[in-house]
Amino acid sequence: MAEKTEKLLQVKNLKKYFNVSRRDVLKAVDGVTFDVYKGETLGLVGESGCGKSTTGRTIIRLYDPTEGEVIFDGQDVGGKLSLKSKKELSKRMQMIFQDPYASLNPRMMVKDIIAEGIDIHHLAKSSKERMDRVYEMLETVGLNREHANRYPHEFSGGQRQRIGIARALAVDPDFIIADEPISALDVSIQAQVVNLLQELQEKQGLTYLFIAHDLSMVKHISDRVGVMYLGNMAELATSDEVYDHPLHPYTQSLLSAIPVADPKLERTRERIILQGDVPSPIDPPSGCRFRTRCPFAMDVCAKVRPKWHEVEKGHWVACHLHDEGLKTEKA
Amino acid sequence: MDHLLEIKDLSVVFHIFGADVQAVRGISLQLNKGETLAIVGESGSGKSVTSKAVMGLIPNPPGEIATGEVLFEGKDLVKYSKKQMQKVRGKDISMIFQDPMTALNPTMKIGKQIMEGLIKHQSLSKHDAKNRAIELLQLVGIPNPEKRVDEYPHQFSGGMRQRVVIAIALACNPKILIADEPTTALDVTIQAQILDLMRGLQEKTGTAIILITHDLGVVANLAQRVAVMYGGKIVETGTLDEIFYNPKHPYTWGLLSSMPKLHAKTDKLLAIPGTPPDLSNPPKGCPFAPRCPHAMKVCTEHMPAYTELSATQKAACWLLDERAPKVDPPATIGVGGES
Repeated sequence: MAEKTEKLLQVKNLKKYFNVSRRDVLKAVDGVTFDVYKGETLGLVGESGCGKSTTGRTIIRLYDPTEGEVIFDGQDVGGKLSLKSKKELSKRMQMIFQDPYASLNPRMMVKDIIAEGIDIHHLAKSSKERMDRVYEMLETVGLNREHANRYPHEFSGGQRQRIGIARALAVDPDFIIADEPISALDVSIQAQVVNLLQELQEKQGLTYLFIAHDLSMVKHISDRVGVMYLGNMAELATSDEVYDHPLHPYTQSLLSAIPVADPKLERTRERIILQGDVPSPIDPPSGCRFRTRCPFAMDVCAKVRPKWHEVEKGHWVACHLHDEGLKTEKA
Repeated sequence: MDHLLEIKDLSVVFHIFGADVQAVRGISLQLNKGETLAIVGESGSGKSVTSKAVMGLIPNPPGEIATGEVLFEGKDLVKYSKKQMQKVRGKDISMIFQDPMTALNPTMKIGKQIMEGLIKHQSLSKHDAKNRAIELLQLVGIPNPEKRVDEYPHQFSGGMRQRVVIAIALACNPKILIADEPTTALDVTIQAQILDLMRGLQEKTGTAIILITHDLGVVANLAQRVAVMYGGKIVETGTLDEIFYNPKHPYTWGLLSSMPKLHAKTDKLLAIPGTPPDLSNPPKGCPFAPRCPHAMKVCTEHMPAYTELSATQKAACWLLDERAPKVDPPATIGVGGES
């Protein structure tokens, strides 16, 4: 795969807090930093509540960031935006949602769902052009022209997800955030949708932020993978690197926790089973967020928050085990 | 050999939407003492309906067990009255549900929910039942059981609730435990904990488990035998290794190769085209024929019979007929073990 170096999206120290009551603040995303290169797929994985969906939703401005910068194609889109620039952003950045049953308006015909973006951005000059575009989109995602006049309830889950993809593609975006696009689908249908996403990327040079909890699927589709835990990024590297040489103890245990569909391997494999549950993001542990479940936790982990730094070229990690100063001690 | 549970030619029909949805269409299965049998398939393949039929939990109307027998230690559970079934349920056969958030009663202390079955089936006194409940909570790995027995479900996390559900299911030492997608609603690290717990408990108690899931990883981790369901029928059964390394049915091939491998590089997933059949109007022949890349004319006309491939493996596919052309499984099948 060719090296992709042109940065399409830069996320710097992004934070998103929610006020859940007068006293409590839920720190859903608490300072994540990463880049997305043009034409690549960046996967974001983590358990529920780790902030991966919030990250995606904050980038596309479904939420306003509490702090931090989001730079899209050289332009800061993380601060206050005028309605006009928000509209411009939504033309270039689109989202595919998790639940194909909830993300399509049941009272709208498929053609109107797909053409909504076209209408808002005035991309079609005549109604004929509009319909041509809708037909083109339907065929791109593997549906038929005849489907345009139907309603969402007439489709299966996989087909609905295709409609969601067609809607996202209709405004010809550069960047697509796919938030768990396949987790509501059956295994055999999942493969269909993933193959479709990959074909579209090859043909149209799209950039994806692929958010999922299914690590094997993320590995399959992504060029690089970021692992999140409790609002923080734990590790980020190329997908092969993350799976072959995970550095962060959380990544290691996450990988060993996935049951593999290979009985012989499953019998011999040694697994690290984490104790306990993910702590509450309202009152997260001090220092490193993972220390309460980490098998290698040291004193320093409770006191100092580990720095997010690049240990090897393109391999980022936030863990005291890989801090320069402590490295000698460990060895 | 005497089987603990034997399902014979079971059919379940639901009379809804002005049609008869044939959710399960004549399946036969055996479960032996102490083993784990996995039933895999997609949503709508009939795997959950099968387990509900065993438990006598098919709502009637609209559901109905049209034909077949469910023999538990030689006695047909289908013929049991509601009252008789209540004595089996929770005592001899119990069940773990998919969603631990809704399986527990939110207005009852969890101790009381565990004690319910103990008092009813084993006629323990309240005091003894509570002690046993504390023991069970300890067994499923809940810290501080003396204190937590008096707490409510909302005070537990998802993984902890699933442990409570398992404790309730195991309270009366059942002979069969039906686990319907026991880890689907959980995160992977919690899933690993629960799978580990289930394996450990099975070794201790010798309970036979029917595991219903769509996750082949979970199957490889827990099961000894596998039944693959599609369109209300069992298309292939065999031991774990037979199904994973030497599958014979094209649907099993498709299922195995549509999952990305964590330990190997795959360029493109082999997707199964199309969608599962509509069971209110099931196809005349093999249910998989419309999606099968090797389908022949006979497949759409007649349902294939089972071909015995070994003492433990059988599959229903016309390709296994001696008159059929030889078809090789996709290259990704049958390799494994090393990475």
